[in-house]
Amino acid sequence: MAVELVKIVSKNFDIPDSHKLEVALKHGRYKSIDKLFTMKPEEVTEEVCKSGLRGKGGGGAACGPKWKLMPPVDDRPRYLICNGDESEPGTFKDRQIFQYDPHLLIEGIICSSYAISAHEAYIYIRGEYKWFIDRLNKAIDEAYEAGIIGEKIMNKYDYPLNITVHRGGGAYICGEKSALIESIEGKRGHPRLKPHGKECEWFYGMPATVNNVETIASVPNIVLNGYESYTKYGTKRAPGTMLFAMSGPVKNPGVYEMAYGNKMIDVINEIGGGMQDGLKLKAVIPGGASCPVLTAQEVEKAHLDYESMWDIGSTLGTGGMMIIPEGISMVDVAKNLIEFYHHESCGQCTPCREGTGWIDKIIKKILDGEGSAADLKTIEDVCETMNGKTVCVFAPAVKDIIKSIVQKYRHEFEAHFNN
Amino acid sequence: MSKFKYTEQNEKEFQRIAAKYPKIDAMMLPALWLVQEQEGWVSPDAMVFVADKLGKTPIEVYEFATFYTMFNLKPIGTYHIELCKTLSCMIMGAPELKKFIKDTLGIAPGETSADGKFHFSEVECQGACGGAPMIALNYKYHENLTVDKLKKIIEECK
Repeated sequence: MAVELVKIVSKNFDIPDSHKLEVALKHGRYKSIDKLFTMKPEEVTEEVCKSGLRGKGGGGAACGPKWKLMPPVDDRPRYLICNGDESEPGTFKDRQIFQYDPHLLIEGIICSSYAISAHEAYIYIRGEYKWFIDRLNKAIDEAYEAGIIGEKIMNKYDYPLNITVHRGGGAYICGEKSALIESIEGKRGHPRLKPHGKECEWFYGMPATVNNVETIASVPNIVLNGYESYTKYGTKRAPGTMLFAMSGPVKNPGVYEMAYGNKMIDVINEIGGGMQDGLKLKAVIPGGASCPVLTAQEVEKAHLDYESMWDIGSTLGTGGMMIIPEGISMVDVAKNLIEFYHHESCGQCTPCREGTGWIDKIIKKILDGEGSAADLKTIEDVCETMNGKTVCVFAPAVKDIIKSIVQKYRHEFEAHFNN
Repeated sequence: MSKFKYTEQNEKEFQRIAAKYPKIDAMMLPALWLVQEQEGWVSPDAMVFVADKLGKTPIEVYEFATFYTMFNLKPIGTYHIELCKTLSCMIMGAPELKKFIKDTLGIAPGETSADGKFHFSEVECQGACGGAPMIALNYKYHENLTVDKLKKIIEECK
């Protein structure tokens, strides 16, 4: 079956100057707002629930039910926080929205804020994206000047809304929603302990919702065209589309919007153009570095949706596939990624702070030719000690990727042993 | 009291941004960014200034600033070369770029050239994997690099 590109979020990406308000307005931006204000906030939430929209930041949690966790409206301020930290290796999709269609994000924020009755929205963007932050800020300024946001929406709807971009400082962990809130609150980005049951997030003790940038950008289409326009794509449990990314030595690396459920190998070959000449596919890390690696044989079976990926022992994550060719040592891959995790561990929980550094040292020892089978056992033991014993999912993610590489490419580690 | 002060324009910018948050604490990141944009780095003196402004102790600002890797805690060169070293960039040729920078500018990661012009950092994923390998030069991304392209970029800075 041929893989088809879909244009919902990426609809305006190819239009010249699509980031400018004038052009954006001509191409359908802010069209959903009139429809939005004919609906009640809970009707918007209901529509998003029916669409099955899932969070695009990696976890894949359903968006509508997440909005329903907000407490009933009272006199406390409520906040929408947009997660544009995008620090997961292999992921570079939100920046396409900042660059090519910032007004889609603003439109999405209007819709989402209305649904949860928030009048203040913050967009947290990683500090490295300075250029993209400037671009988005210009669009926000344009929107304020045109009266699209501010005291009223579109100059006529009595719904005050302010949007502020908050620039991060270069910490991967701030992509974790509670660490992100801590960071805006002026603290180190240490994830918070999770509540026993499900509840909303809290920003300075006030109710808040955190959604990924791409998730928010998917909302205007659902508001304007109804949930069926979204559920007609994708699979039953993962309806809709996602911005999938490919990086590594394929002919056409980049970001492509597709429905969920395509075969991964078809996407790599048809959309990615296949491997660069003379190279053979060895492995794929499917959705950002935190997903278990897939061997070439597993890639043949993989489908790009959450449930299928779980079935073959990996996760879809952010949909950013990192493609690894033959000739690259998986021990080097493991070393590269554990250096990343060692550097980025926030240091709050001992198993993660110490475990990432410990595994880093062991893999270095193996690369130096001083390793033994006992070291691989130690890596697996450290992974298990990290798994599920920390405040956030950073440590379990390290366990997922490192353990999968050690188990699937054990012989490559053993080849470095000198006895 | 600190000797550091915002320029008049940055002072206005600080007030403008501060009005957008429910509490002044949220100004920690924006306030430090304003310092770094003004000075190129965040000095201990400037941290005392930020602490006074936000009603914090200097150590609180220090703890915060040392957590976020993008704040330069000592002066760096005019041109800050940040080379991404994470997986896709590694596969696509970041190690060659690193060697080239060492060979031509004589600086390893963390070092500044003798003339104070270039500072080189090796950094983790910058979100430019589709354009690997890449560098950020004073936050501007240069993607799909080869040694030749990097050579040109560096020559234009000289």
